[in-house]
Amino acid sequence: MSIKRKPNLSATIALLPTWFVAVVVFIGTMAWSIRLSFTNSTLFPSSTYVGLAQYSKLFSSAKWLASLQNVLIFGVLYVAGCLLLGFLLAAALDRKIRFESAFRTIFLYPYAMSFVVTGLIWQWMLNPALGIQASVRSLGWESFVLDWVVNRDMAIYALVLAGVWQGAGLVMVIALAGMRGIEGEQWKAARIDGIPVWRIYVSIILPQLGPALAAAGMLLAMGVIKTYDIVVAMTNGGPGNATEVPAKFIMDNLFGRQNLGLATAGATVLVLGVIIAVAPFRYIMHMRDKAKGAA
Amino acid sequence: MARLHPNGPKPAQITAGRIGLYAFLVVAALFFLLPLYTMVVTSLKSMPEIRLGQIFALPATLDFSAWATAWSGACMGTVCVGIRSGFWNSVAITLPSVALSVFIGAVNGYALSLWRPRGANLLFGLLMAGGLIPYQIFLYPMVRAMANIDLYNSLAGIILVHVIFGLPLVTLLFRNYFLSVPEELCKAARVDGAGFWRIFFEIMLPIAVPMVVVVSMLQFTGIWNDFLLGLVFAGRDNLPMTVQLNNIVNTTMGERTYNVNMAATILTAIVPLAIYFLSGRWFVRGIAAGAVKG
Repeated sequence: MSIKRKPNLSATIALLPTWFVAVVVFIGTMAWSIRLSFTNSTLFPSSTYVGLAQYSKLFSSAKWLASLQNVLIFGVLYVAGCLLLGFLLAAALDRKIRFESAFRTIFLYPYAMSFVVTGLIWQWMLNPALGIQASVRSLGWESFVLDWVVNRDMAIYALVLAGVWQGAGLVMVIALAGMRGIEGEQWKAARIDGIPVWRIYVSIILPQLGPALAAAGMLLAMGVIKTYDIVVAMTNGGPGNATEVPAKFIMDNLFGRQNLGLATAGATVLVLGVIIAVAPFRYIMHMRDKAKGAA
Repeated sequence: MARLHPNGPKPAQITAGRIGLYAFLVVAALFFLLPLYTMVVTSLKSMPEIRLGQIFALPATLDFSAWATAWSGACMGTVCVGIRSGFWNSVAITLPSVALSVFIGAVNGYALSLWRPRGANLLFGLLMAGGLIPYQIFLYPMVRAMANIDLYNSLAGIILVHVIFGLPLVTLLFRNYFLSVPEELCKAARVDGAGFWRIFFEIMLPIAVPMVVVVSMLQFTGIWNDFLLGLVFAGRDNLPMTVQLNNIVNTTMGERTYNVNMAATILTAIVPLAIYFLSGRWFVRGIAAGAVKG
C-alpha cells in the first residue's frame, strides 16, 4: 500500500483502542500481577517486596502441588482421549455411512454447551445414590460401583470422562474435514496394493492429518491450563484436594482467601507454563513457514 | 474415495466390518446422547420418583412443574426467583458483546491486513500473546481498574471485559479472512478516492459477511457459555445464567431438588444448542475456524 501515506492516519486511529487493550490491559495488568507476586500482599496490594517468598510458599503448599498433579493427569488423559475418540469417530464416519450427518450432529452437540452444564450433567449421572450406580444395582448387580465423583482416587477420571464427552466432537470435525481433503487417488493406489483399510488410516491418513490434529491438541491443551468451570460445577475441587486445579487454586486465593501474593505467584507460574508449552510449537511453525518461504 | 473393485464398483455389501462399524457408531451415539436423555427425563420426574434411583427410567407421568420452578422459583442461596433473571442477564450481556467485538474485530482485521500502518505486526503479536495467556493473571488488576472507572459489577463493565478478551481471536479470524481478499480491490477503491472507512463499509464489510456470521456464532456461544468472567465482573444484579445455574445446583440448602436442577441446566444449555441445531454448518465452520487458526 504505497499509493498515498496520508490515509494511514485513519487506520492508525482505528487501531488505537486495540493498542490500548494490548498494551495497558494485557501487558500492563500482567506486569502488575507479576509485581504483586513478589510482595507480601494479602487482602490489599502491598509494596513490601519479599523476593521469592510467595513462590516458595506456593511450592510448599500441598494444595498447589496436588493441583499441578491433577491438571497433569487430567490434561494428558483429556487431550489424548479427545484426540483418540475424535479420530476414531471421524474415521468411522468417513466410511460412507448412512445417517452421517445425524451421527455428526450427535457427536458434536456437547461442544456447544457450557463447561458448567457439562459438569452438572455428569455430576448427576455419576451421583452414586441416584445415578448410574443406583440404576445398575437395582437391576440386580448389587456390588456394581461407579462412585467416581465422591471417590478420592477416581474423581479426576470423572472429570476426564466429562471432558472427553464434551471435547471429542471438536476433534472429529477437524479430522473429518482433513480426511475429506485427502485425494481419492491415494485411496485407489493403496487399495490396489491390497493394504487393509485400518492400515491406510494409520499409515497414510493419520500422518497427513498431523498438523490439523496438532493444532486441535494444542487448543485442547490451552483449555486444560484454564480448566476451572467444569471443576467448580462437577466436584468443586473435592473430595479433599482430589480435583483441585491451578486455575481454581488461584481464583480461591484471589477472591476467597484474600491471598493476593500467593494467587499472583500461582498465576505467574501458569503463564510460564503456557510459554513453555507453546514456545516449541510456535518455533516449529515459524521454521516451517521460513522453509516454505525459501523454497 | 470409492473403494476400488476389480470389476468396477459393486453395491455396498453387508460384511462383518460394516456391522462392526455401525455398532461402534451406535454405541458412541448412545454415549453422547445418554446424558441429554437422563437430564430430560429427570427434569420431568417428581422427587419421590427420582429417589427410586432409576436414572434411565421414563417418567411415570409428564410433570413440567420442575421446569416452571427452575424458570421462576428456584433458589440461589436464600433468594428464590428462578433462573429467569439470569437468562435475561445473559441476553443483555451477550448481544452487545458479540456486536461490539465482531465490529471492532472486523475493523482491526481490515486495518491490519490491508493497510498495515506502522507497528501493525507488533500490535498483532501482542494481541496473539494476550489471547494465549490464562485470564487469571489479568483478573485482579482489571478488577481494580474497573472499580476505579466505576464499571466493576456493572452490565457495561462485563460487556467491556468480553469485548476485550474476545479481541485476539476475533481479530485473528478477520485478519486472515481479509488477507485472502485481493489487495487490488483496496487499491482500486483508493484510486477512486475512497478512504479508510468508506472502503470498509462499502466494500470490505459486505465481502466479509460470511466471516461475520461465523465469528458471531463463535462469539455468541463463547460468551453465553462463559462462567469465569461473569462470576468476577458482572456483579450480583447481572450474573449470567451459567453462574446462577451453578449457584442453584451447588449451593442449595436443604434437600436437593434434582428435577429442578436438571430443568435449569437444560434451560441454560438450550440457547447455544438451538443455535447449533439451527445454524448447523455455520456453527461448525465457526468452531473449526476458531480451533484451527487459534
